[in-house]
Amino acid sequence: MDKKIKFLCTVCLVAVAVIFLFAVDRGHLGSPYVKRILNLSAIYAIVSVSMNLVNGFTGLFSLGQSGFMAIGAFSVAVFTIPKASIKSIFYVEPMAPWLVEMRLPFVAAILIGGLIAAVLALLIGYPVLRLKSDYLAIATLGFSEIIRIVLTNMPTITNGAFGIKRIPPITSMFTVFGIAALCIGIMMLLINSSYGRAFKAIREDNVAAEAMGINLTLHKELAFSVSAFFSAIAGGLYASFLTTIDPKQFYFTLTYNFLLIVVLGGMGSVTGTVLASFVITYGLEWLRFFDSPLMIGNIPVPLFRPGLRMVIFSILLMLVVLFFRKGIMGTKEFSWDGIYFWFKDKKYRGLLKRKAGRKAGGSGA
Amino acid sequence: MSSGIFIQHLINGLSLGSLYALIAIGYTMVYGILLLINFAHGDVFMMAGYFMMVTMAGMGLPVYLSIPLVLLMTVLLGMLLERSAYKPLRDAPRMSIMISAIGASYLLENLAIYIFTGVPKGYPNIPFLTKVVQFGSVSFQLVTVVTPIITVFLLLALMFLVHRTKMGMAMRAVSKDYETARLMGIKINRVISTTFGIGSFLAAIGSILWGAKYPSIFPLVGVMPGLKCFIAAVFGGIGNIPGAVLGGLILGITEPMLIAFFPKMTGYRDAFAFALLIIMLIVKPTGLLGEKTTDKV
Repeated sequence: MDKKIKFLCTVCLVAVAVIFLFAVDRGHLGSPYVKRILNLSAIYAIVSVSMNLVNGFTGLFSLGQSGFMAIGAFSVAVFTIPKASIKSIFYVEPMAPWLVEMRLPFVAAILIGGLIAAVLALLIGYPVLRLKSDYLAIATLGFSEIIRIVLTNMPTITNGAFGIKRIPPITSMFTVFGIAALCIGIMMLLINSSYGRAFKAIREDNVAAEAMGINLTLHKELAFSVSAFFSAIAGGLYASFLTTIDPKQFYFTLTYNFLLIVVLGGMGSVTGTVLASFVITYGLEWLRFFDSPLMIGNIPVPLFRPGLRMVIFSILLMLVVLFFRKGIMGTKEFSWDGIYFWFKDKKYRGLLKRKAGRKAGGSGA
Repeated sequence: MSSGIFIQHLINGLSLGSLYALIAIGYTMVYGILLLINFAHGDVFMMAGYFMMVTMAGMGLPVYLSIPLVLLMTVLLGMLLERSAYKPLRDAPRMSIMISAIGASYLLENLAIYIFTGVPKGYPNIPFLTKVVQFGSVSFQLVTVVTPIITVFLLLALMFLVHRTKMGMAMRAVSKDYETARLMGIKINRVISTTFGIGSFLAAIGSILWGAKYPSIFPLVGVMPGLKCFIAAVFGGIGNIPGAVLGGLILGITEPMLIAFFPKMTGYRDAFAFALLIIMLIVKPTGLLGEKTTDKV
């Protein structure tokens, strides 16, 4: 496909997306509910892509996302709540005085959260990243639990188990989507750089990659801490999206949601992950009707009651894992060429079939 | 701290440790054979609790009937789990199998929430186990002393099974080299099914003893014991059955002791096990009794 046409297509797509966002943001299209779902999807997309960076591209099975998210979320919560409401939120134990004075703008707070997460990931990564798949998974999961427990036990900073309320919300969808686009864009640049190629080499074969002169520790650490950084950024957005957070929300089962998104989108595909995060977040909302009692005529259908939604969701997850292992995109990325050839391919495949029919041996393609 | 209180803590720790050990064996056996963490093991343990509730409180069966029924149901559940979540992925990459395990665990939890709601329910009382015994200043429920005895007995039975029977030999063969064992005509699927069955059986016994000790049950009740027992298994050297028991005992004894001696650390109770795991993985990744393995290129 011509480069010009591709560029034109991209511009059109972005323009359509911006107009759509604008319409939803201003309330011309959809409802506040739709707006919430879209915002949540964008936040989930950041975490999922950051998880994919480690799990899908570098081949390290890490389950620590919810812990890093918690760091970002609490950083935003602690630094951005207005001074006036601190007293009423920290009513059990007062906030540490040095922290009360430290009121920061949202951007600074979210960046601090990201940096703390990245540094912690560097520190923990050094011993842990030498471990192999299962051990790494359980160690990172344990680490995220430790973060959560430590946050619960710091009442003068995080208000302990009571959590923090009245976090200033972000009202504009453009902020959320802008940050999401920026984060995912940076990660894509990283993946397409020489570092990214090294990540993929490590994923394919640890030993061979090392033999080719790739510094395993350096690259694993890089992937891990970049992932932690962006997870924390997403966590910060999540905090201002929910406006109320407490450590319980960052239980390690939260990570499973992102794992599902990564699996459905395709391990090793950024665009697939983004797509899947929208599909799954929307799908989870769509499944909500399973939770409310259903009446056919006057007879209530007995199966429909709270909880069914998640059962169906987890069955779907199992079906995806068992029978649809590559996810939507596998390791491919979205590209205009891909779409173009997908349409062209149909014709092409038909042609091949006819050819194969004529030559009994079949064609090599 | 007086010696009476210390002994009390020690007995409680021993009992908790034996419980951990029972569940940890399930992890270690599955890991030994399939080389994967059975994330759903804690949820099988949880389901066993609900089975007990259904048979005793729901169907009104007496204890001597409901216990065997619960054991049977849990074993079947474990085997079904293996059949549906692990078997189709036998030759898939490790990561897929682990994700499937996480999915299975998620499914069981959601199923429990759907069927029994998320509200904690009371565990049926088993009078024999909950009877309180007094020894001087030390008092405890009977279950506290019964648990270590049962654990030792089951450990011996299991060691006999693994080292003296044909099925045990097959298990050891499969855990050594899966492919070769298959080529030698060992029925892999049957061996794996049996392993899951045994693991679930031990989890069910653990669940009954656990229920007598902490008589409350809710859909996520298996998560923390599940994780801690996995840690115990890693601590002792995963794939090694006596190692799992040793790891379980160490974790079970140190955890309450830590809180008894440092009451300020109570909030960090669950973090302790994870910290222990990370330290262990750094110092000796193969665990206390584990053998060193070499990488195959």
